[in-house]
Amino acid sequence: MTENLRKAIRFMRRGEVISLDAFSPRRTVLDWLREDMRLTGTKEGCAEGDCGACTAVVGRLKGGRLVYEPVNTCIMLLGQLDGAELITVDDLAHEGALHPVQAAMVAHHGSQCGFCTPGIVMSLFALYQEGARPVTRAAVCDALAGNLCRCTGYRPIIDAALDACAGEAADRFMAARAATHAALAVLATPEDVMVGDDSSFFAIPRSADALAELCLAHPDATVLAGATDVGLWLTKGLHDIRKFIWLGRVEGFDAIENGPDAIRIGAGATHSEAYCQLASIDPDLGEVMRRFGSVQVRASGTVGGNIANGSPIGDLAPCFIALGATVELRRGAATRTLPLEDFFLAYRSQDRQPSEFVSALIVPKLAEGQHFRAFKVSKRFDEDISAVMGAVRLTLDGSTITGARIAFGGMAGTPKRAAGAEAALAGASISHVAGWSAALAAISEDFQPMTDQRATASYRSTVARNLLAKALIEIAGISSGETRLIAHRERMEAAE
Amino acid sequence: MSVVRTIPGSPPEPLRHVHQPLAHDSATRHVQGGAAYIDDLREPEGMLHIACGLSPVARGTLRGMNLDAVRSHPGVVAVFTAADVPGSNDVSPSVGGDPMFAEERVLFHSQVLFAVAATTRDAARRAARLARLEIEAETPSVTVEQAAERQETVLPDYAFARGDIEATLTASPRRIDGSFRIGGQEHFYLEGQAALAIPKEDGELLVHSSTQHPTEVQHVVAKVLGLPDALVICEVRRMGGGFGGKESQATQWAAIAALAAHKLKRPCKIRLDRDDDFATTGKRHDMRCDYRIGFDEAGRIQAYDVDYLARCGYSADLSQGVVDRAMFHSDSSYWLPVTRINTRRLLTNTVSNTAFRGFGGPQGMLMAERMIDEIAWALGRDPLDVRYANLYRDGEDITPYGQKVSELDTMHALLAMLEKTSDYRRRRDEVTAFNASSRFIKRGLALTPVKFGISFTLKQLNQAGALVHVYQDGSIQLNHGGTEMGQGLYQKVAQVVAEEFGVAIERVRITATTTDKVPNTGPTAASSGTDLNARAALNAAQAIKARMADYAASLWNCPAAAIRFRDDRVFHGNDSLGFGELANKAHLDRVHLSATGFYATPGITWDRARKHGNPFLYFSFGAACAEVEIDTLTGENRVRRVDILHDVGKSLNPAIDIGQIEGGFVQGMGWLTTEELVFDAKGKLLTHAPATYKIPVASDLPADFRVALYPNANRADVVYASKAVGEPPVMLANAVFCALADAVHALKPGARVPLDAPATPEAILRACEAVQGRAMGGER
Repeated sequence: MTENLRKAIRFMRRGEVISLDAFSPRRTVLDWLREDMRLTGTKEGCAEGDCGACTAVVGRLKGGRLVYEPVNTCIMLLGQLDGAELITVDDLAHEGALHPVQAAMVAHHGSQCGFCTPGIVMSLFALYQEGARPVTRAAVCDALAGNLCRCTGYRPIIDAALDACAGEAADRFMAARAATHAALAVLATPEDVMVGDDSSFFAIPRSADALAELCLAHPDATVLAGATDVGLWLTKGLHDIRKFIWLGRVEGFDAIENGPDAIRIGAGATHSEAYCQLASIDPDLGEVMRRFGSVQVRASGTVGGNIANGSPIGDLAPCFIALGATVELRRGAATRTLPLEDFFLAYRSQDRQPSEFVSALIVPKLAEGQHFRAFKVSKRFDEDISAVMGAVRLTLDGSTITGARIAFGGMAGTPKRAAGAEAALAGASISHVAGWSAALAAISEDFQPMTDQRATASYRSTVARNLLAKALIEIAGISSGETRLIAHRERMEAAE
Repeated sequence: MSVVRTIPGSPPEPLRHVHQPLAHDSATRHVQGGAAYIDDLREPEGMLHIACGLSPVARGTLRGMNLDAVRSHPGVVAVFTAADVPGSNDVSPSVGGDPMFAEERVLFHSQVLFAVAATTRDAARRAARLARLEIEAETPSVTVEQAAERQETVLPDYAFARGDIEATLTASPRRIDGSFRIGGQEHFYLEGQAALAIPKEDGELLVHSSTQHPTEVQHVVAKVLGLPDALVICEVRRMGGGFGGKESQATQWAAIAALAAHKLKRPCKIRLDRDDDFATTGKRHDMRCDYRIGFDEAGRIQAYDVDYLARCGYSADLSQGVVDRAMFHSDSSYWLPVTRINTRRLLTNTVSNTAFRGFGGPQGMLMAERMIDEIAWALGRDPLDVRYANLYRDGEDITPYGQKVSELDTMHALLAMLEKTSDYRRRRDEVTAFNASSRFIKRGLALTPVKFGISFTLKQLNQAGALVHVYQDGSIQLNHGGTEMGQGLYQKVAQVVAEEFGVAIERVRITATTTDKVPNTGPTAASSGTDLNARAALNAAQAIKARMADYAASLWNCPAAAIRFRDDRVFHGNDSLGFGELANKAHLDRVHLSATGFYATPGITWDRARKHGNPFLYFSFGAACAEVEIDTLTGENRVRRVDILHDVGKSLNPAIDIGQIEGGFVQGMGWLTTEELVFDAKGKLLTHAPATYKIPVASDLPADFRVALYPNANRADVVYASKAVGEPPVMLANAVFCALADAVHALKPGARVPLDAPATPEAILRACEAVQGRAMGGER
């Protein structure tokens, strides 16, 4: 850490800078709002970032632009507000006049019991600020994927959103953008931040070197990215974590370098920051990103965190493995890279040493003759954890399959390649359907999935086999009729 | 269509509020975060937070609890167990069997064993996990099969019958036997269970509870503490959703908070964590339905025999009424000439299943729609034609429980109208053509009816009270026994009262439901909130209005009948006084400007022992047409279009009623598609939070969603000819389920489709594989 250490976090609210130098490192933004500030407009519905009742909006400078994004305050730690502007439902109405989003919600009868309403208003406020015009019905549904409403059935909320966002954004937050931008720029000073002491702290390193140094000094500290999983350890597991090192303000750590052959994603890049770049590799990857969590989760959660966390499902891991991605790790000054599939050792266990952290992912683009398909299968389309996540990359030379990389999530203790199926496809012909049968049969040898609350083992096995078949049918171009319920490939290809 | 009725004494002028799409009374507060729920109330000084210790075992004997570590955790002020309860340790709404804290027997996983009161919620939650428990575990009954094997029930078996079922089944030209599983449903009210108890002087208690039934909370709190009811007040301004989940099961939490507040003489609050809420509170009953159908070649039902095996959980709770209502709705809209409807109310070591919007009706009706689909598959006919062939009609209009179905004309006309407006026949052809050319994606279509009986089947619940005050300045305060859970009851009742006084709606101040203003109320349930409470409030308003009219008549020296209340003024011919002016004058002349109102539903004659009578005042009707598509490789599915036509009589507030219809439909759709409750073999609920239990999100709404009110007027004597709306729309979602089965059926026409509910992707894929003669195996 630098000598010029700041001992308080600073963030903006209602045009004022709030400075906090004493708080529990595991304090959530929601508890701070409700219990310390007595601002009870923001609600707790689930305390796990799934219902969105606690949604607030955070403004940050990104690439020289002020960006407003919704966040789940129930699992966001107070320290993560450093350098940002916080806007809650209490802040929208002004001098007795409702914000356009609020007025539309009233006019369209968008609330019934009203408990989810503050969160919905804030998600729509973010859409109002950031949504590309014209705001479509699909964009509204995406904006609302992280907000559960149990009363209305959503129709009036969707109508309210379309109404409120029909024109260009023109509220007092837009009018104040330049001033807000300037105020946040003042907070963008380069010093490291440490609130607390050596036994209990929330640390905010501002450089990769400072991060590496902190990790070495505190191998027992929890490295925190978006807190979309760690937050649950606190709210549900009641884990007694006292030391956090937050990656959110490490300079350059969120960089995304779009090279000719590969995209290098800094481990601090959020899903929303990586969304468009990854979608450019293939429409299926874009669709996986669209369905990944919710806007709130994508705004906080990072691509690096999704990998480092080692979920056995982790929607991106199977996609990246199929694409041949590598992960870059750093410990102290030492950096190493390894194929992503080798990073996952066993259930919730990764090849990561104490004090070592994921610093980047390198995701190859598709080369000539390569075809990619990814399928996310879950009980609900939006904001659901996959029962099975399958990704396939085939390399074709004419109609001969010269290479196959097939990876699944939800089929084993880690995201895992289908070695048998890959081998069976090597050298086979894409246009010779009977030649696929060995690969399809191999899937049941490659995986022995488990039964849990999302699906049974037999469903997972059947679906994995069928997804491989579907990928082959699509790549071969021999389908009779549709193969998808959501025609996003056609839409995106048409858009190009 | 019948003539629109008017309530005697109601204003003859064009209506200003009633039938208008006014916003929810709290809408502008909702959108600003300014509507306060229990946890938003300013915490009183010295308030403690409560968390509960839960059983990690589903069935067994509690041999000991070492709570030393709980007590010594920093911040803990007190720990309470069954031994600390001064009165009765039972929070049951019915026949008992719901211990507030476990005694010797452990009855289900996550049963409350003890409660901790601490200075912070965090301290209470951490301490509650530190107990050392000694429980002698037994193998729990988790499924109805396990309960049946043990012969354990929460209530006796109960059946209705008409005719000779065995002989008729034997004589029927066609016969199908089968079994159909219908899943349960978690309420997932967005505001979890919560209560705040504040001790007052001399043992009095004020309990803020997120409850649909404040009177029961008052009563149970008094019983638990050994106090007279008169010492306990229960108040609720609003709930963040209820859906039946706070009808009986808000009580336990209020009683625990009250016990702690009473013992410690400090305010105490409890707010369940979402996981604990899922794990400890009851849900919609899941059922296994075993059926035998006899029918003829025309698709007409001759005999229907059904056995419902209901998973009731560890106690009776409201299972008598819930399972009875499944029986009452076993006919859906169909004439059952010979039938036997039998129920088993099985005791399982799981949460005590409870009221959930529809209260058993959805299960009974869904099974009836499965019966129709079975007949249609067997005969190769369009299911809609089989539905028509079996609809109640003149001469065939007596339900299995003996009530004559009223408004047959509405039932028939509504279905015919929807068939036309949804363009069902043309779309049937389109779906057939699509399926012929699509190998992997299949589409399905279904149009299903709703007929739902309105009234509580427990007679004493069909009563309501209200209290209305007119103040000297002409402002009006309104109170009644109904609770607001988002359904817009407060606003509807206020509209009726404002209309009666001829004043602006803003003049009527809606106040929180509280047992010290209106006592001895029933729960806000059974869709009856408006029918009962608006009528009680209307009676109160009319009493005050009559006194004001008499007084005004004395001022103008005219008959009271010549006085008119409108536009916030009181008229005699061209002379008028402001409403406030008259209120002030009347007060000075000592006219009583406050009144209670009371209403009891007439004509309800259900006799459960004789299995005969009229349990319902009237029926609400509706119908939905759903088009879906499924991916036969994964079981994933989409609802492409839904058309709904629904009967709310003459709507008191079309905006609120459409909100109830759409919201009820989507909630029903969730129940039948993505919402799956999974318990493990040890009785632990695995789907205990939104990460694992999936209710619909915005994108699940049908892309093409067309909802209309059927133009109608209630012929029963109900306020402004309106009809109840809360529950019936849930069953509109049966169309989605039947359409999904229809899509699977397209894979192999003529096959029976073994699709159980909920139709998750897995359930659909299993059904797809089964109709193609491939068993997936490895069922849960």
